[in-house]
Amino acid sequence: MERIIFYILAVIMIAFAIASVSSRKMLRSVIYLLFVLIGIAGLYFLFDYNFLAAIQLTVYAGGIIVLMIFSVLLVHHIEMELETARPLRRLISALLCLAGLGIFITSIYSYDFNVSLNATTTTTAQIGEKLLSYGAGGFILPFEVISVLLLSAMIGAIVVARGSHKEEKKITPNKTKPQKEIKEIESMKVEILEEEIPL
Amino acid sequence: MIPGVSIHEILVLSSILFFIGVYGFITRKNLISILISVELILNSTVINFVVINKYLFPDILEGMIYGIFIIAVAAAETALAVAIIINLYRKTSSVDIKETETMKY
Repeated sequence: MERIIFYILAVIMIAFAIASVSSRKMLRSVIYLLFVLIGIAGLYFLFDYNFLAAIQLTVYAGGIIVLMIFSVLLVHHIEMELETARPLRRLISALLCLAGLGIFITSIYSYDFNVSLNATTTTTAQIGEKLLSYGAGGFILPFEVISVLLLSAMIGAIVVARGSHKEEKKITPNKTKPQKEIKEIESMKVEILEEEIPL
Repeated sequence: MIPGVSIHEILVLSSILFFIGVYGFITRKNLISILISVELILNSTVINFVVINKYLFPDILEGMIYGIFIIAVAAAETALAVAIIINLYRKTSSVDIKETETMKY
């Protein structure tokens, strides 16, 4: 049963991944990526890692995909189609990727893994204790570093996306200059008209 | 571990996803599409960590915690990349990689 589910998930993931990197409409390729990420979450559910699957669904399918859809809608016209690389270049890169995949598969199958057969289930409490323990093998320092990294990435994203004030000031004189010229021309026209009336 | 599925098949699946991501990274000419390919690559590496943790060392949790850290770093990276793309779009009004030479002043 699990084997059948795994193969269905694998076929769905590979098909949608190929569609995601080859679709010419950007919003569609983001949605195909969403299906790949949900398939990976299903794989984590099959491994019995429920907490990791929940993180995958909330952070990736909930956060990152929404962020990407936002950026696509902000910077791109939906009906516009992407330009693709030249066919020769695509063929060469596909052949390179297939060669790399062949090397990976031969090296995977030539190594014999020591698969341990005892199946244990991990609870979320174990993960929390591991993340917050400061003894041997504890992860308290990387946990704190990740929290500082997330905070700095948040501040940095706000600063970068807001842009600097200097450029806005540079842009504004250019906008006001034509208006001044138009006003001067209009006032000159009015003067000419007023001069012409007595005649 | 998944009953009836060997570790080799899952590793092959994750390497297929990795190379699909590499193919998209090379052939796409758009910043957001490149970001999508990077997400595919990161996800396949997380699958690798989790699989090796589950099949070879099921009584410790190192691989899974590394997976959580990779997901956190990927979230930060995506937020920053989207901010940079939006800022670049304001200057050049396109997201093609040909236009990104103006990033360096």
